[in-house]
Amino acid sequence: MADDDKDRSMLLQKEMLAEHYRRLEAAPETREPVVYTFVPGNLTELIRSFGALPVLPEINALQSAMRGKSGAYIAAAEKSGHSEDVCSYVKCDIGMLKAGNVSPTGTRLPKPDLLLLSYTGCYTFMKWFELLREEYDCPMVFLQVPYQGDGEQSPAMRAYVARQIRESLVPALEKATGRRYDEDRLRENLGRSAAAEDDLVAVLKSAQKTPSPIDAYFGAVYYVGPIFSAFRGTEEGLAYYRALRQEVEERAARGQGPSTPAGRLDDQKYRLVVEGPPNWTHFREFWRMFAEEGAVVVASTYSKVGGTYDFGFRHDPADPLGTLADYCSGCYTNRNLSSRVDMLARYAKDYGADGFLIHSVKSCNSFSAGQLTILREVERRTGLPGAFIESDLVDPRYFSAANLKNRLESYFQMLAARRAGAGVVA
Amino acid sequence: MTRAEIVDWATEVCEDLEFGAARRWISQGPGRKAVGYLPVYAPRELVRAAGMLPVGVHGGGDRLEIIRGDAFYQSYICHLPRSVVELAQSGRLDFLSAVLFPATCDVIRNLSGMWQLLYPKLYVRYLDLPQGGEPEMAADFWREELAVLAGDLGGIGGVPATDDALREAIAAYNAARSLIRELYRARRDAPWSVPTEELYLLLRAGELVPLEEFVARARAYLAAVEADPGRVRDRARVVVVGSFCEQPPIGLIKTIERSGCFIVDDDFLLGNRMLDEDVALAGDPLRNLAEAFVRHSVSNSTLYEPDPAGKRRLIRDRVAAARADGVIFASASFCDPALLDRPMLRAGAEQAGIPCIAFQFAENTGQFQQFREQAGTFADALKLWGGA
Amino acid sequence: MKCFVGIDLGSTTTKAVVLDERGEMLGRGITNSRSNYDLAAELARTEAFVSARFQLLQREVERAAGPGTLTRLLRAFRLEQMLVQLRALRARIEAEIEKSPGPAGRGALCAAVGGIFERLAAEEEARFLDSDPPARSDFFRDAAGSAYARLAEDAARVSRAGVTFDALLGLYDKCIVLVENEPLELGFREHIGKALDRVESGSAVRSAVEAAITAPLDVAATVGTGYGRARLPFPKEQIRSEILCHGLGAHVLFPATRTVLDIGGQDTKAIQVDGSGIVTSFQMNDRCAAGCGRYLGYIADEMNMGLHELGPLAMESRRPVKISSTCTVFAGAELRERLSLGEKREDILAGLHRAVILRAMSLLARSGGIEDEFTFTGGVAKNPAAVRALEGLVAENYGARRINISPDSIYTGALGGAHFALRGAAA
Repeated sequence: MADDDKDRSMLLQKEMLAEHYRRLEAAPETREPVVYTFVPGNLTELIRSFGALPVLPEINALQSAMRGKSGAYIAAAEKSGHSEDVCSYVKCDIGMLKAGNVSPTGTRLPKPDLLLLSYTGCYTFMKWFELLREEYDCPMVFLQVPYQGDGEQSPAMRAYVARQIRESLVPALEKATGRRYDEDRLRENLGRSAAAEDDLVAVLKSAQKTPSPIDAYFGAVYYVGPIFSAFRGTEEGLAYYRALRQEVEERAARGQGPSTPAGRLDDQKYRLVVEGPPNWTHFREFWRMFAEEGAVVVASTYSKVGGTYDFGFRHDPADPLGTLADYCSGCYTNRNLSSRVDMLARYAKDYGADGFLIHSVKSCNSFSAGQLTILREVERRTGLPGAFIESDLVDPRYFSAANLKNRLESYFQMLAARRAGAGVVA
Repeated sequence: MTRAEIVDWATEVCEDLEFGAARRWISQGPGRKAVGYLPVYAPRELVRAAGMLPVGVHGGGDRLEIIRGDAFYQSYICHLPRSVVELAQSGRLDFLSAVLFPATCDVIRNLSGMWQLLYPKLYVRYLDLPQGGEPEMAADFWREELAVLAGDLGGIGGVPATDDALREAIAAYNAARSLIRELYRARRDAPWSVPTEELYLLLRAGELVPLEEFVARARAYLAAVEADPGRVRDRARVVVVGSFCEQPPIGLIKTIERSGCFIVDDDFLLGNRMLDEDVALAGDPLRNLAEAFVRHSVSNSTLYEPDPAGKRRLIRDRVAAARADGVIFASASFCDPALLDRPMLRAGAEQAGIPCIAFQFAENTGQFQQFREQAGTFADALKLWGGA
Repeated sequence: MKCFVGIDLGSTTTKAVVLDERGEMLGRGITNSRSNYDLAAELARTEAFVSARFQLLQREVERAAGPGTLTRLLRAFRLEQMLVQLRALRARIEAEIEKSPGPAGRGALCAAVGGIFERLAAEEEARFLDSDPPARSDFFRDAAGSAYARLAEDAARVSRAGVTFDALLGLYDKCIVLVENEPLELGFREHIGKALDRVESGSAVRSAVEAAITAPLDVAATVGTGYGRARLPFPKEQIRSEILCHGLGAHVLFPATRTVLDIGGQDTKAIQVDGSGIVTSFQMNDRCAAGCGRYLGYIADEMNMGLHELGPLAMESRRPVKISSTCTVFAGAELRERLSLGEKREDILAGLHRAVILRAMSLLARSGGIEDEFTFTGGVAKNPAAVRALEGLVAENYGARRINISPDSIYTGALGGAHFALRGAAA
């Protein structure tokens, strides 16, 4: 997509990200402390309250993939002994490290002053940071966010997380940054988060309209970028979401669809709910396979990995540590299978979907193990046909365009045939 | 009982995919129930204290043809959950009143969710094992979790677990763990007297029968070993690392030892030896169990390592303790914990000058030619050029 | 009459089916797939129309001169097609020799090649005269290739000018691809005349042929399908997914079918269809050889056997061996190990056939199970041992199911495409 085909918000978030990488590059000089952490369970408000800058290796990995660099990074990591079978995000990061730790935008990435291992919804995170700790030889602090095995967060779980933040994270941050815990600053950040979350949710819910003014999967990657990375709780973040909401509302008022790599999608033939992360190495090509068939995604679960806001949760400045615990617990990958099925079924209904699709990625057991059961359950519950397609996050070897196109086309034709009734070709 | 009789007994129990021993125990008393648990670690003491039989569900190994299980999993996920689902779908696990899923990895974690959807009437609990560098907080959290579990199990078994019952159970398992440490020590000191395949079968059978039965046979086995240790042999001494969850087929274990190695330490069926010290008996039993796990659990790939030098040191320490010559990294294909850990463990081994080889298996691997060659070559190299 | 065409560009073979207005199959054609998709489609289409013409012809000629004449006529026709292709191949090779003669020199090579092609043509004529020739592949590439190689060996042996077998074979390899991708006249109209001359038929037959040639067959609509091609040689409106074509095709062959399993050479499909032949769900395996025909191809190579010999040998097994490897590569290793341990070949093969089918069972389970009636299509459906393994596993896991296997199953996709063409025109 040429820049002039993109929405203003897409360009804005690209600038924000580039600026963030520049700031990170300057961190050794400006003495801004740097904290590495993960998207699920990212405590940006807390980190920022210490005047530190967050780095999210997952975002580095996916950005590398979108710029065609991940294949070489992964090869380097495998050559140095990492298994073919493990998560390609990790290998991409290790490879990037070995290649000089140059960020996807070409700037130098600073070493971490602290590795904040937010153990939320993904086992591999633990190993990732254990590996990075060996590479960087820097302090690491661990936050265990208990899994919602029974579909909810118990008071004991909540208390445990809040206590770890208070007794473990805060001291570690104080030590790494040389600053004291500033609860007022944290509350301010949380207040801005909540406001931005209101705007984000309004944007996500706009997809309930026909036609939908957004694509809630591919397009949503741009929408959740700032809030899942370094900008939740910041003034820039707040401004971004205000602008985004306005842009989407204007588009909705004009009855227009989202911009896609295949042009503006106003004629939307299929409304889909999608489960699973996207592919990053062939992001636009993959999106095009949907857009060219007139398929728009009206809701997705991936857009909740960094936080679920569309079921009522907002960061609450009145209870800083408790609210951070609530936030972490509600991230999508920390929810049990039943909750995920519930979410998909609810989305299918609330967003008027014609079908749902599961994109299963080889790298991620947290998402993928059990998706075939989810497929069956959601089909059963909604009566909608489900599609099942497979590729990977950032390993280009596992993306087969022919394979995907074949399955997608068959699926869309199946939906069309169902809609038209027996015996007639749509 | 003679050694041969014990091994035959263990083999029969392990090969029985209908879990006959557990079913028999249930039928022999009114209201008896069994609780299954997945690898790696589950607090079996709580199950016992609630009057129920804990049963280890380690998959179908190489004896179970997978027909339904594969429909639940993509190709890049390990074999264990397929055979566990197969066992369940074919009715072989219908004698269980509850199933516990510990925090081993995301596959086991999500399997708990699948179980909730497939068997909504069955009690399922995900055990979020405490992790992290702050033992106090972790132990507090875990104690509360154990209390919830104990309460739930009491409800299922019909017998609430009193503190006394918990202490009894802890004492019983302390004794069992102590006995297992003895067996491992015997093997380490005189590996020709304890073939690993026999030790393995014994331990695995132990997870399928009442504790008393296991203890009696384990004691008898130990006595038989001491009475007749057999001819001293000199082979390469190796530590096998990485097989703590999906288990290798017995054929693979035999192959390694018949290729010229003695396995003098391993992490097979690690849950049996997770706590490397006795759990205290005085005071709050749940608190003691929680503390024991948090402070005295064996370092392994499924738990967070708070010590920055911990991963690097692990192999060196284990090899030294076992007086081993080398390490075989043997893990199941697609096993995230083992494979993600491997580069760090291997770097530590190489730093300490410890020779290693690595391979992968599946629980139903049917032919061992390549393992024979690799292990044989390794054993030869260790004998010719020395070990650690 | 109006007719409707379906074309299926598969990975190994390209098929075409022609239907009449009532949806009855008039003709079908098959050719090996090649890089020029337009040509492959055109060839299959041509073959289908040849077959249609011969269908029309059959009635007339048999009435006029009995069944034997038609058989001879068809063989004469095939001979003419073969000679055209041989001439084209010779021309290509001679052009190639002109361009790069190699060490033996232009003269010697041309002489050797000329000799080979003269003998090839003579062998073809002899084959035509033989009332019961040995079976061979229908595809030019396979039939000509093995004969050429044999004759090239002879030529190299007797050559005093240093013409080598490698040089001759190299020419063949290079030019066969070129020939396959150039358009040739192989249609009914072009060669039926010469074929008639060869069988010295009387006027009754010639009139019957004239009627068959001139009967109008107007293509009202065409639907094409093909796996994952970046570009299919049909306009977008004429394309349907191969899953849908396959589902509908199976429904046409067996109207009561609800579940379809297709094990092809390189992929396996599990499809559920409703009462009108519309697909309701599907699963595909197109990345992993285990569970596809490729698996058996690999085994055949390992055991130095022909693919078509595997099934019959496996059927002789009394004690099938259990093969645990799910991966094709490891299955090969397991096979070798068991052979070296003295296990019987038929027992190992029976186990391997079961392993292929087990993979297919998983795919079926994922797609929603096996409903009555169950249709099994694809090359592997011709393998008796695979069918036996499937029957056993279906009965064990799903109970009684009627299992349908059609000898025409390779045309299922093209048949479905033709029916989409028919339905689309009716709409």
